[in-house]
Amino acid sequence: MINRIVVGAHYGLRDWIVQRATAVIMAVYSVVMAAVLVLVRPSGFEAWQAVFANGFIKFLTFLFFVSLFYHAWIGIRDIWMDYIQPVGLRLTLHVLTATALVGYTAWAAAILWRL
Amino acid sequence: MAQVPIKKRPRNLDLALLRQYSLPLPGKVSIFHRISGAGLFLCLPLILWLFSASLTSPESFALFKAVFAAWPAKVVMAGLIWAYVHHFCAGIRFLLLDLHIGIEKEPARKSAGIVFAVSIPLTLILWGVLL
Repeated sequence: MINRIVVGAHYGLRDWIVQRATAVIMAVYSVVMAAVLVLVRPSGFEAWQAVFANGFIKFLTFLFFVSLFYHAWIGIRDIWMDYIQPVGLRLTLHVLTATALVGYTAWAAAILWRL
Repeated sequence: MAQVPIKKRPRNLDLALLRQYSLPLPGKVSIFHRISGAGLFLCLPLILWLFSASLTSPESFALFKAVFAAWPAKVVMAGLIWAYVHHFCAGIRFLLLDLHIGIEKEPARKSAGIVFAVSIPLTLILWGVLL
């Protein structure tokens, strides 16, 4: 038996798990929300707003957005790692991607908690 | 001692010849997964803006509907709907592969076919319902 000593920061495995966990959360949310919208059939602005003003839906929607942005971070970071070789440019793109996604998280919170 | 012929590496394939090979179906699922993910990411500001407009006030809701009714937005939304549906279906396949379900060559090829067989009609249905 080969005893392989695993060293490193282990963030690769963590990101791998997070990417799958967030995927499952988003997939379940998509199916649940599709069912909610088919059942409620919001006809205009008032009804549409009422769906997302519901505390539970608001919580689920925010959970969806946070999952989406974390999932997008891992996926987009992988794309930069695959195709962008110059280190300076790659790091710049990493920082821009992370900054945008943190900003989107705040934006999503602001949209939902205005309701 | 037997002489082992040394293979010349890397092999440079003729690009013109390379075009004759087509990416196998699982490869197509994979590259479309990446393309759809990147497209969805790039359109996040648009998606959040539309979501915000639809929820803020009756006036912004009217603006949301007007933007949604314009054909350039419809083209973008059609693309985003396809991207979401493909990413969803291919993602479920990848999750199953992670669980070691269908990792043999033939089942993997079959499940790649199923991804397209589900995602394309589902995209068309959602286009009909939403656009």
